[in-house]
Amino acid sequence: MTRLAQRLLGPVTLLSLAVTAWLGLWVTPPDRVQGDLARLVYVHPALAWVALYLSFGTATIASVLYLWPRTRSVTADRVAVSAMEVSLVFILLTLATGSIWGRPTWGVWWAWDARLTSTAILGVLALGYLALRRANDDPEARARRSAVFAILSAINVPIIHFSVVWWKTLHQGATVFTSTRSLKIHGIMAWTLLISFVAFTLAYGWLVRARYRLEVARAGREAALLAEAIARRAAEVVR
Amino acid sequence: MTPVVALRDAVVVAGGFPLLAGVTLEIAPGTGTLLVGANGAGKTSLLRLLGGLERLAAGEGSVLGLDLRRADRRDLRRRVGWLGHDGSFYDDLSARENLRFAADALGRPRELVDAALERVGLTPRAATPTRRLSAGQRRRLALAWLVVRRAELWLLDEPYAALDEDGRALLDELLVDVVASGGTVVASAHDPVRSPAITATVRLAGGRVVP
Amino acid sequence: MIRVAGRVARKDLLIEWRSRVLLWQVVPFGAMALLLAGLALGPTRAGSSGAGPGLYYLVMVLVTLLAAQRSAQVERGAGTRASVATLGLDPAGVFLGKALALCVELWAIGLVLGAGTVLFLHTALRAALVASPSIAATLAALAAAGTLYGALTTGDGSAATLLPVLALPGFSPLLIAGERSFSAAAAGGATGSWWVITLVALVVYLAAGVVLYGVLEDA
Repeated sequence: MTRLAQRLLGPVTLLSLAVTAWLGLWVTPPDRVQGDLARLVYVHPALAWVALYLSFGTATIASVLYLWPRTRSVTADRVAVSAMEVSLVFILLTLATGSIWGRPTWGVWWAWDARLTSTAILGVLALGYLALRRANDDPEARARRSAVFAILSAINVPIIHFSVVWWKTLHQGATVFTSTRSLKIHGIMAWTLLISFVAFTLAYGWLVRARYRLEVARAGREAALLAEAIARRAAEVVR
Repeated sequence: MTPVVALRDAVVVAGGFPLLAGVTLEIAPGTGTLLVGANGAGKTSLLRLLGGLERLAAGEGSVLGLDLRRADRRDLRRRVGWLGHDGSFYDDLSARENLRFAADALGRPRELVDAALERVGLTPRAATPTRRLSAGQRRRLALAWLVVRRAELWLLDEPYAALDEDGRALLDELLVDVVASGGTVVASAHDPVRSPAITATVRLAGGRVVP
Repeated sequence: MIRVAGRVARKDLLIEWRSRVLLWQVVPFGAMALLLAGLALGPTRAGSSGAGPGLYYLVMVLVTLLAAQRSAQVERGAGTRASVATLGLDPAGVFLGKALALCVELWAIGLVLGAGTVLFLHTALRAALVASPSIAATLAALAAAGTLYGALTTGDGSAATLLPVLALPGFSPLLIAGERSFSAAAAGGATGSWWVITLVALVVYLAAGVVLYGVLEDA
């Protein structure tokens, strides 16, 4: 990314989010069946795309790159933790928006829907990743362990997903929400949906970049503190 | 002759604290070196670095011809003999089971185990779980490992601690054997030790070698 | 690799034989958890709910956490890590050996608690027998997964309390697959599709362990 593009990332992100909000709330018509509730379609799918695919995928690829000896670098580790942290935020937002949609539709805040359940489990995986990082002091051990856990989690995602889907479908017949899930979309609604994906993808990039820079700054401060500690240690008096 | 150990400004860090703050040291093969220093001077950390158990955070170093920055630490670990503070592998196994497990792992003949236990005077306690052995007996178990294992470089953390006079004599005897057969010994102690196997003493303080 | 696995498995089982930690601490916990499950269902449903298979797996998952923690703890002893590291054992072999030992231990505990499920929660004995191959496979997959997650939490700074958070999401598909095929056996139905989940998980964890265990050991 050039310097200009980096500078523009923030303003463009905010602008595209504003456009999404304007189109989604004022320009597009309400849904015939679901009314204003259907406007969540301009938020929820885009959030889920970022949470489940984009950021989790980035964290996984960065972790593989870290463990592969030829591509090992602190950059990969920093990208992994930045993406995973953003992923957790988006997973929580996905669950929250899904729940807000689910309450009037299903009558409950939480339903044992396959996607909802596997997304929640994915959230615990992201949480576990961050907890694992906090539990290790040594930077290299931390990077290795968390990379292994990220890869294990990524492998687990399809297994969890299929098991929950089967758990649901092999158990009882499909319930109400599966039919209402597919909304008919055209015209301005399709454009708004598309723009929402672009907006949240940009937001993701902006957040990861900010988080990455924080990680770099932290590493710089730690290096300075260490240099100081080495000087102090070397000056210890022989007792 | 290429040195077995060559360190320059070696730094080892744990949790942001420099355990070693720039150690420069050379050790020739077939020698016995004693590291002395107060608690927290960096003796154990230095031994761990030499055994591939700690990562070199800064500086340069090679041990047994392996570059500490580049080589796989696993390759180094395999080639050193390690005698830790606690002397045993698994606390729930007996002295004999511990030595057999370790001997099998390194492809050493099992017959050596009973002979070694005999030599260090642990035969009567050979079937006792090591967690029930006294500190001195655990030390002796460690000495038995010194008999069973063959290594180019021996790293011993406080080997003289908790040993009685007989034990110390036995340890000296074993170390002399190691050095005589071309092996190199690096051991740590709080205070200087007089031993026929020790040919040089290095003093550590504040994670560095001091004169 | 296989030879190292055999030695490590033998060593772990020998340690359990000497210390009897699982026998005296984990099995009674599992039995008590089954009783609590019955109490939680209430007096009318405790013996007739059909929840037996699910509760059996819930308890087995908790038991696996304890057993995996114990298995990892064995390697964490004061002098153990350094001394064993200098033995140059093949990490893939160590992983397979530890997973095998944990698997044997889980099978033994699973047998006892399976009897408990039949006894306390009135699951049909025939159903338990029909489901036993799938239970054995599921526990094997739990053992492989538990060994891997256990190794993730053996670092110097990391607390052992981290294990449940890391392991339970990974255990959940196994709980689902195990429970479904056990319940299907109880209802006299087919268990076919659930074998896919269990076997895929088993193969994935074994492969991941063989490839990645060395990375964890080195960290």
